This record gives sequence, C-alpha cells and structure tokens, in this order.
Amino acid sequence: MEILVCVKRVPDTSENEIELNSAGNDIDRDDLVYSVNEWDNYAVEEAIQIVDRVGGSVTVVSVGDDEAEEVVRREMAMGAEKGLLLSDDAFENSDGRGIATILKAAVEKGSYDLIMSGAQADAGAGQVGGMLAAMLDYPYASLVNTIEVQDGKLTVGREIEGGNQEMNEIDLPCVLSIQTGINEPRYVGIRGIRKVASVEIPTLGAADLGLDAALVGDAGARVKRIDYFVPDMGEGAEMLEGSTEEIVEKLVELLKAKGGLK
Amino acid sequence: MSRIFAYITYKDQVADDAALELAAAAKLIDADAQVTAIVTGSGPDLDAVCTAMAQSYNEVWKFDNEALAYPNAEVIRKLLVNTLPPDAIFLMVHDTFGMDLAPGLSIKLDSAFASDVVGFEGAHGSVLNIVRQEYGGMVSAHVTCDISGGAVITVRPGGFAADESKAAAGRVVDKSGDAGDLSVKRRFLEIVAAEVGDVDITKSEVLVSIGRGIEDEDNIEMAQELAEAMGADVSCSRPIVDSKWMEKSRQVGTSGQTVKPKVYLACGISGSFQHLGGLKGNPFIVAINKNIKAPIFQVADVGIEADILDFLPELTEKIEEM
Repeated sequence: MEILVCVKRVPDTSENEIELNSAGNDIDRDDLVYSVNEWDNYAVEEAIQIVDRVGGSVTVVSVGDDEAEEVVRREMAMGAEKGLLLSDDAFENSDGRGIATILKAAVEKGSYDLIMSGAQADAGAGQVGGMLAAMLDYPYASLVNTIEVQDGKLTVGREIEGGNQEMNEIDLPCVLSIQTGINEPRYVGIRGIRKVASVEIPTLGAADLGLDAALVGDAGARVKRIDYFVPDMGEGAEMLEGSTEEIVEKLVELLKAKGGLK
Repeated sequence: MSRIFAYITYKDQVADDAALELAAAAKLIDADAQVTAIVTGSGPDLDAVCTAMAQSYNEVWKFDNEALAYPNAEVIRKLLVNTLPPDAIFLMVHDTFGMDLAPGLSIKLDSAFASDVVGFEGAHGSVLNIVRQEYGGMVSAHVTCDISGGAVITVRPGGFAADESKAAAGRVVDKSGDAGDLSVKRRFLEIVAAEVGDVDITKSEVLVSIGRGIEDEDNIEMAQELAEAMGADVSCSRPIVDSKWMEKSRQVGTSGQTVKPKVYLACGISGSFQHLGGLKGNPFIVAINKNIKAPIFQVADVGIEADILDFLPELTEKIEEM
C-alpha cells in the first residue's frame, strides 16, 4: 500500500499561550514553539502501522516554508520512507481550497492508494482532507478511528457523537482524515531524527506542480482572515484570589453551599 | 442575494435542536432570505420532520429514497450536488456529519467554504463577514467569505439562538424524483455503540474532571483522591482518553458522554466547545487552570489560576480534615 500523509507545522498549543500581538492583527508569534499538528502525527503513525502489516511505503508531504521541512523530517524519523515539501511564495495565504489544490497536484505526480490527513489543525476548519478527496473524485471518510485493510478496500470506523462509532466500507484509492486517539504515536528521539538528517526531501513549487498561481495563495482565496481578536465574553468566572490556603478555604465553602461535598 | 438552504438532521421523527439554529443563522446572513430546509430519508419518519420544518422554513425539500435511509455523507453530497442551484448558500451544522460532508460539497459546487462559524456580521456586496474561532477557542478571527459563486457554511452547534417563531407557514415539496444518481464508493455498515464503563458519569452529581493539565498518568491519583474525599466521580477531557490514561466512558464532550452534574470541577481543562458540548443542566462550574487565557474561565462560575498539580492535593487535604 502506497500511503501519502499530509502534515502541517503549527504552533503547539500545549507549549504556548496563544495571545494577540500588539497590533491585534495576528497572534503573537515571537517565541512560539511549533510542532507537527497533533492529528497529523496520529495519521503518520497509523500509516506506518498499516505498511508494517501489509507492506508498501509512507510518504509525508507538507505545504509550507523551509521550517515545515523540519516537521516532515521529524515525521520521517517515525518510519516514513519519503518526504516531500511543497513550497512557493505563490502558496502564501492560501485558504483551505488553495492548500487542497496544491496537494492534489502533488498526489497526481505520484501513485498512492491511500491519502491521509489529520481531521483538523490549528484553525479548526477540518476541511483539507474532504476537499482533496472531492477534487480527486476519491471517496472520503472523516474522523477515522479504526482502519482495517481488505482487498481493494478498507473497513474504517468513524468517531461520531456520544462515543459511538460508525463503520463504513470504502473503496481504494480514498482519502481519510484521522481522529486523535486512533493509536499511540511512537516517541521520536534525537537518534531517530539523526538517522534521517541527511535524507533529501525534494521541494516542489508551483511550476514543478504545473499549478496556475491564480488558483492558490492570496489570489485564489475566497475565504480570508482579516484579523484576530479576543471576544468580550461578559463577566466570566469569579476569580478566587489570595494565598492558596485562603483560596482553598473559599472554595470549600462554595462547594459545600452548592452540594459539591457529601 | 442567493437562495439559502439548510440541511436538517433528525432522529426518531424529531429534528435536532440545531434545525432552528440554522433557521436563525440564515436570517443573520440575509434577513429577507427565502430559506429552504432539505430533509432526506426513507419512509414515514420523513413526513413528520418535513411538516414540523415547514413551520420554520419558507420551503421544505423532501427527498424520500431507500438509499437515504442512513445519512451516508457521500450519498447526501451527491444528492445535493445533483439538486442545489450553483450559487446556493448552503448551511449545515459543524458536527461529525457536517465535517464529513461539507468540505467536499464546497468543491463539487465550486463554492466558498467556511466551517464552524460562530457569528455573522453582515455583508458588503458579495462578501460575507463571519466570525470563527481558532486554536481551540483561545482566539477569535474576523473572516471574509466571497459568496459570489455560492457558499457552503457549517455553523457551530449551540452557537446561535434557535429561531422559535415558527411563523414561516412554508410548503413541503417532494423532490424525490430529482435525486439523480446516488451511487458512491463508500458504504455504511453499522453503528457500534459506545462501551459502558465501570462508572456511569452521566448519573454523577459531582464530577472532578481532568484535562491535559494533569500532565502525567501517575498524577491521576491526585484527582482520584480528591474525588474520594468529596464523594465525587472522576471524569476527563479528550486528551486523557487519547493518551489511553482513562476509559472512553469517562470522557465528557460531544464525542464522549453528556453529563449533567450539580457541581463540575474542571481541573487543567482548557474548555473547547467540544468538551463544553457534553456539559448540560447548568452545573456550578469551578475551573482550575494555570493558563488564565483558557476559554474555560469564560464559562465557569468560579475560577482559580493555579497549577492543578499543586492545588489539588491542598484541596484534598483540607476536605479530608473536615
């Protein structure tokens, strides 16, 4: 099985507090720690496990700048054989459709049975996988949390509301977006990174991919972010202040009053 | 402006709450819009839903077909591509079904796509001003969406106050004959029901709920000790289950359990909308988090800015002394 996994370099929300910059038009990107999008990391692990079972190879692809190459390399260190970076000034400010358009061009330059992405990334749109599938005319399943390989098709479970699972049979080739928790992604140590440090990761731009620059980047975007802001949410919580002892005292009284202690 | 359509999901002949939220969202996009509800399915259940929706929508398109008995997103997408006008503004809910269907639909209709929208702020010509959230709700964003070629928009469940006016007096139109070819390459097999855990947190009156802030599996003991002292049960947010530290049956959220405790102690939980979606019955919420920017502080009654690893043992000790 030839598998392509689409990954994105994002600010790591478990390592950073996301705040606005002083101009208010972007988040404060100084000192942000970046990493691979959490959902994508599960997708790479799943792809590697599938290849371990049925053979084939995993290729990791990212649309981004030179720094995205680090993320591709980190994912390769998990056990993906090949990496691919799609990078061009013309790709900047692409909306979801633009990113899917770029990825589609890369898919068509290869030969893949299965394409995976994370179910969502930092912007929470959850759009690129489904768009890519529609562009390729491949079947699609989102929020996948189990995959079983059959002959020419897959049986996949989708996580739906209430902890239930929707089982589907899907023909190959197809696109799947992966939900967190599908597996336990392996740890990547320094040694693993070193192993792939010198592996060449080809970089393809708009011309290499035969892309019309008007369809991607700012030019092709129909959806554009104007600015970030912190909404006025009203009063919010009453914050308990004081020493830890005082706070504990106040909280215990509140819990008693509200029936929180038995 | 273009015509607005809303896809209605339902269960046991009753439309989901979100059906009337979509009607409200449509009015925010264009107060004068003629809005059409689309209801798909098979058999008699369908008619009850269509009749109910005609109270809130100007028109209801009914699609009755055996292939629509279960809402397979691939099938419904094909149906919509076969029947929607090219510049339609199409609304649906940003849930697991919407995430499955909507992005691909926008490509097939060659429309703009905006997902998980939480606010509409008017339009300038063919540019719609919308509000979304990013980074798990830590920041919001103003976004423009060019709807000149139509749009597919998913809205956050619970994000809009339902339009309860029921004054539309709409008509139901049977469009079943227009469905067209519905063959697809993905087939629905079955629903596997969630496993039942050792403790039913949906029945718990007091929950000590832990999130990413617990940092390590070994620290879960702290929450268990506190819960024991309080006479509470321990629940958790998604990352704890993803890490396999607790059973799925303990997870609060739209993809887990819906709980309705009297008191909810959110410990190191940031408070994503998916998590809060599983919290019903207006509990007294105490949020303990070292990140003062965490969205949980916006919905909690009482907040404490602290590292739960320091705070929980202190609280446990105090309660045990009593």
